[in-house]
Amino acid sequence: MKLDPKIPSGPLQQKWERYRLEMKLVNPANKRKFDVIVVGSGLAGASAAASLAELGYNVKCFCFHDSPRRAHSIAAQGGINAAKNYQNDGDSIYRLFYDTIKGGDFRAREANVYRLAQVSVNIIDQCVAQGVPFAREYGGALANRSFGGAQVSRTFYARGQTGQQLLIGAYQALQRQVGLGRCQMLPMTEMLDLVVIDGQARGIVTRNLATGEIASHAADAVVLATGGYGNVFYLSTNAKTCNVTATFRAFKRGAAFANPCYTQIHPTCIPVSGDYQSKLTLMSESLRNDGRVWVPKSKEDTRPPNQIPEADRDYYLERKYPSYGNLAPRDIASRAAKEVCDEGRGVGPGGKGVYLDFAHAIGRLGEKEIRERYGNLFEMYERITGEDGYKTPMRIYPAVHYTMGGTWVDYNLMSTLDGLFVIGEANFSDHGANRLGASALMQGLADGYFVLPNTLGNYFASSKQSKISHSHSEFRKTEDEVKARLQRLLSIRGRRTVNSFHRELGKLMWDKCGMARNEKGLSEALQRIPALRQEFWENVNVLGEGGELNQSLEHAGRLADFLEFAELLCLDALTRAESCGGHFREEFQTEDGEALRSDERFAFVSAWEYQGPDTRPVLHKEPLVYEEVKMTQRSYK
Amino acid sequence: MNVTLRVWRQKNSKTPGRFVEYQAKNIIPDMSFLEMLDVVNEDLIARGEEPIAFDSDCREGICGKCSAVVNGVPHGGHRGTTVCQLHMRHFKDGDRIVIEPWRATAFPVIKDLVVDRSAFDRIIQASGFISVSTGQAPEANSISIPRVVAERAMDAAACIGCGACVAACKNASAMLFVAAKNAHLGLLPQGQAERYRRAFTLVKAMDEAGFGSCTNTNSCEAVCPKEISVEFIARLNRDYAVALLRGSGREAASSAD
Repeated sequence: MKLDPKIPSGPLQQKWERYRLEMKLVNPANKRKFDVIVVGSGLAGASAAASLAELGYNVKCFCFHDSPRRAHSIAAQGGINAAKNYQNDGDSIYRLFYDTIKGGDFRAREANVYRLAQVSVNIIDQCVAQGVPFAREYGGALANRSFGGAQVSRTFYARGQTGQQLLIGAYQALQRQVGLGRCQMLPMTEMLDLVVIDGQARGIVTRNLATGEIASHAADAVVLATGGYGNVFYLSTNAKTCNVTATFRAFKRGAAFANPCYTQIHPTCIPVSGDYQSKLTLMSESLRNDGRVWVPKSKEDTRPPNQIPEADRDYYLERKYPSYGNLAPRDIASRAAKEVCDEGRGVGPGGKGVYLDFAHAIGRLGEKEIRERYGNLFEMYERITGEDGYKTPMRIYPAVHYTMGGTWVDYNLMSTLDGLFVIGEANFSDHGANRLGASALMQGLADGYFVLPNTLGNYFASSKQSKISHSHSEFRKTEDEVKARLQRLLSIRGRRTVNSFHRELGKLMWDKCGMARNEKGLSEALQRIPALRQEFWENVNVLGEGGELNQSLEHAGRLADFLEFAELLCLDALTRAESCGGHFREEFQTEDGEALRSDERFAFVSAWEYQGPDTRPVLHKEPLVYEEVKMTQRSYK
Repeated sequence: MNVTLRVWRQKNSKTPGRFVEYQAKNIIPDMSFLEMLDVVNEDLIARGEEPIAFDSDCREGICGKCSAVVNGVPHGGHRGTTVCQLHMRHFKDGDRIVIEPWRATAFPVIKDLVVDRSAFDRIIQASGFISVSTGQAPEANSISIPRVVAERAMDAAACIGCGACVAACKNASAMLFVAAKNAHLGLLPQGQAERYRRAFTLVKAMDEAGFGSCTNTNSCEAVCPKEISVEFIARLNRDYAVALLRGSGREAASSAD
């Protein structure tokens, strides 16, 4: 396998423009001859499917929900970054680029990130034109707020529901194309495998979740926009059904998987309250604009928070990172929370929590202003915990939130498999080892609205495809494999539920490969995962039939992939003997406990190639060449 | 705490359903309602019985996927709360809880508590959008929108498309859903060009999808987890009337004032 990132030549600032000029185009009349499959309907998938259909391609979009509007992008709260510099505070495309590179701990590709910063401004224009009701100033101009890892206000938002509003914008654009007959939408249809013919991705095999029907769909290109793999930890802020199946199936069919160990732990989530917990809830990072994070100075201090005087509080983020304070990036804020809790100074049941206190902000701005800014978040907190965040500090703790790793893609967003494009959270490309707040929405929409519609056209215009129909024997073969696997899951009838296995895998991953990792723990996880996987295939109990809605069967199939993928994640974490961004190896830290990178040994993208069942995948390295930025020790002090 | 559940079980859309009683034991008040159902399902599987199929995904009240009528009220009757955000601390030990799917002709049952809400997508496909393709947008700040207008549009845009409004309505009308979309887009300057045509087409699509008529009982507003106001229905009626006055054809109704 050869990793060619295909980064265009020329100065960084001109790469994308020049490349677009050089691209081959598909004649408008010829576009309808190309069939494109888009799997997933979140920000990346919906924006891509809509934009490609607008161009005239023949698009089929798949989602496993009852409606494309349910995709998990909808849950993003805080906002979307763009280098508009509307606040006149010194922002620019270059600064957004630099902040993103630095925030990613110098483990992202310069050219991709620069392009992302460039198109960020077009995204805001597009969304406003679609009717996204972004927050406004009284004068009618767009409002901004600041977010972690940046010293400028470049985040656009729609209350605490930015993801929802952006997704509805993309969803409506997609539905418009469906209504016009230019895009076929297949809801409740889950991709269960990728079909590769002569080295090219040529289609997918799906299961209709309502009827159980297995079907094949052929195309000239396949686009995966299937999100991240945070649910390998069982408890995460991801929605219940988020999974790795599509990208992992692609991995097993030959698409390299990059940097799986780059997982993001978000610092502000509602702490776990019991063993029954089914998922974790994020409280937007925007809360850190006005909330102050603290724990008692002494671990013996058991007084209620309101009775602890200022002198006995440790505002540890402000103390350790005076220039960024409570707006330190996510990986740093999360580890700092873990550190104070490990010292025994955590608060709440089990000591797994820190305070997020709004008393000062309420004193300064008044409760009304705080209610206007974050009202829905306070309500959500009260609904879940039964506590009033206006009266008593919220309790928060880090939780798995986002995964920077994903399918390896080149500058065109094409994987190592010809004709397979991967966009949004599902690819690895833009966030390096840590993503900054409000950048996921930006990347998903950049890929879908502005990058893929260009690069896919260039692909069609410059490579030769033969037409293949879904009656090709490879589709039959793949269908048979999918059916056999489902049948096997249904016929085990063991003694444990799917959920109990998922919980066990999640706990193992969180303990050994969570916020802090070490060689011993990772090696242990690599021993235990295969054993758990074996037990799963012998002892799982999936009731019901395949020919109808069967949620246990769906979950079992997704978990089976997580049980293999978890091993890849741990292997990557073990191999990367340095700390960077969200990947913190305890053996590699500075004297004051910060992540210690090793640029001499690890300034590369890890891309893993599948070698067959129970065989160690092969590591390929894409060197990260920095022409513009100098790699430095990241400091937020 | 222990509670008794009466749950609607239905194999598929062709087989008649019925209520089945289950005991939910050792429930912790901090559990969410759906976590309580998770526990019941784990017990059912252990006993070799098929678990109760129910919809949920984000479990934070935003994706709009969860849908259950609890004790006769869609989402369980806590103001501004989806059933995934309902917590067991609102119930008492020994309670009997009746759980049903959304019931509406336009939302056929797929299994147990899971219904097919694709009728909502068909309404949006008809005209629930602003017709602007990628690349056609002007510079964002060239469209000035007074804060009050943006906020009002956001109030309407907050709809999560869960369908509780339909489930609560005795006529199974989708009027609040349609009115929210009409207001979200019709309040904004970007949405003016298609305003009346949009109102006309949305209502037509709603009728065709098999939803009933609105008789202003306001039960939709009472159960809406995003507390969307029925005032938007008045606005839809106004826009619809203007569309009719201008001639109900798509062309005639398409121009703004």
